[in-house]
Amino acid sequence: MTDLSADNRTQGPKRKVNLPYLGLLPAWVIMGFALILPIFIIAAVSVSTRGAYGGFDWGVDFAGYRQIIFNEGWSGEMEFTPQYLLIILRTILLAGVTTGICLLLAVPVAYWIASQPGNRKSILVFLVTLPFWMSMILRVYAWMIILGRGGPLPRFLEIFGAQEGLSLMYNDGATLAAMVYTYIPLMVLPVFASIEKLDGTLIEAAHDLYGNRWTTLRRVILPLTAPGIVSGAILVFVPALGAVLEPILMGGGKQMMMGSLIQLQFGGGRNWPFGAAIAMTLLIVVMLVLIVIALRSAQKDREV
Amino acid sequence: MKKGHDVKRYPGLSVLSFAFFLYLYAPLFVVILYSFNANRITSVWTGFSYKWYSSALNNDALMAALKTSLTVAGIATVVATTIALLAALALVRGKKVRFRKLSETVVNLPLLLPEIVLAVATLILFSLIGVQNGMLKLVIAHSAFCTPFAFLPIRARLQGMSLDFEEAAADLYASRWVVFRRVTLPLIFPGLFSGAMLAFLISMDDFITSNMLSSGGTTTLPVYIFSLIRAGTSPELNAIATMLIIGSIILATIALSIATRGQSTADQPQ
Repeated sequence: MTDLSADNRTQGPKRKVNLPYLGLLPAWVIMGFALILPIFIIAAVSVSTRGAYGGFDWGVDFAGYRQIIFNEGWSGEMEFTPQYLLIILRTILLAGVTTGICLLLAVPVAYWIASQPGNRKSILVFLVTLPFWMSMILRVYAWMIILGRGGPLPRFLEIFGAQEGLSLMYNDGATLAAMVYTYIPLMVLPVFASIEKLDGTLIEAAHDLYGNRWTTLRRVILPLTAPGIVSGAILVFVPALGAVLEPILMGGGKQMMMGSLIQLQFGGGRNWPFGAAIAMTLLIVVMLVLIVIALRSAQKDREV
Repeated sequence: MKKGHDVKRYPGLSVLSFAFFLYLYAPLFVVILYSFNANRITSVWTGFSYKWYSSALNNDALMAALKTSLTVAGIATVVATTIALLAALALVRGKKVRFRKLSETVVNLPLLLPEIVLAVATLILFSLIGVQNGMLKLVIAHSAFCTPFAFLPIRARLQGMSLDFEEAAADLYASRWVVFRRVTLPLIFPGLFSGAMLAFLISMDDFITSNMLSSGGTTTLPVYIFSLIRAGTSPELNAIATMLIIGSIILATIALSIATRGQSTADQPQ
């Protein structure tokens, strides 16, 4: 058996065609064509000039990026306009708050699920996963009904004296409600996975050493589940930064995020270089977040 | 974790968790409930009715959108799962693959980047090279972003699998192809299946990219639903939503039960 398995192992290199590279070829081709090449094109478009009838003309011009910060007046003077910077800040803030709320909800719920007996535990995990299988747009739509005029929540508030015909839609709170709702399964699952791996005797040990529940949570449970918390945070924060449906449907026209702003520039707005500049900005923000997290976890690995 | 150890219990957790599951499912029940409302105005309940279901089922635009979505998702699933299977075999089984880490990142690239950026990127690409066929644009873009969703379960399955069975088959003079078809493929089937299901689901559900790329004749289901929402909420939309929610529950239950059953049989073979 052993010599034959060794033979099996050397089979690959003996062949003329290198199988691993052949196997990876289709993935490289499709990603290269449909993702990597287009991202270079976006970078080029973001420094191009706006075409006369929509689209763009090749060139090197930073008008798209300038427009994020300045508003060009009639005679070409530059006036500082914070509206797009505010959209960028709002995007980062809303994505951050979404991640925070998801985390606050996910840790206790994941801990509770992990403490349930086996059979019930798998049913509960299934119930957390299930909404993820449902259409995202429908999950946002459900919140439009709940918060909209005449919906269950405004009705409920009317009982307590809110004015008739109240609508809770078209503000940052509505966007936030839909974002937390759509992304929370992505936080619960990784946090649950790392809590489940937690060695229960460590909690008992903490207790034996006179750690109360709060100290045990802060000094034992949370540090040991940090990997799950970090991956959950990435899974929520990154798509939340690029959210499009939630700000369009829940935030309305005024409360935009970067995703809906980009969507607008390529849809109705027809300012491709500006849209591409915002898209590059979003890409850079996401890359920075991922790099910072990667560096910090590498640093932690070295410390341990 | 063993139950019954008092120190591990935190007070109020079960109440909080119950509220959490209520929060997760109450919005869906609201949609389902409103779909049976006889009144044209969604929020005013006047009586129980099935009529929005029959009007939804007779809606040609809806059926056309559903057909487009199923076609795109079907093709994209086959393409993405094939690419993912080949890549996973190469990365897990290949010895001394150079740029292994880089290739893995490339396969998972759609997960790392915001979808709106990719949507805009493909839109510009297709307009530059002059691809007019809406269906082709959708299939290419969907195949690309579905690949990592198919890749991750397949890779997980391959990594957790022992080489013993394949070696035994090779000992019995099975050719490489026969080993692959009769041993490897059945063993990784649960991973392959859940990967394909995930890819199908992600494609069916996609709004951002499809909305960017879709043109007149190629409206996908989420893009059509978006246009309905934009036109104002209607009870017919609630009926459509309810049917899709129930469809998803059935699909998810089948997928997860096959995936878990496959797991237990492959781990303890006779």
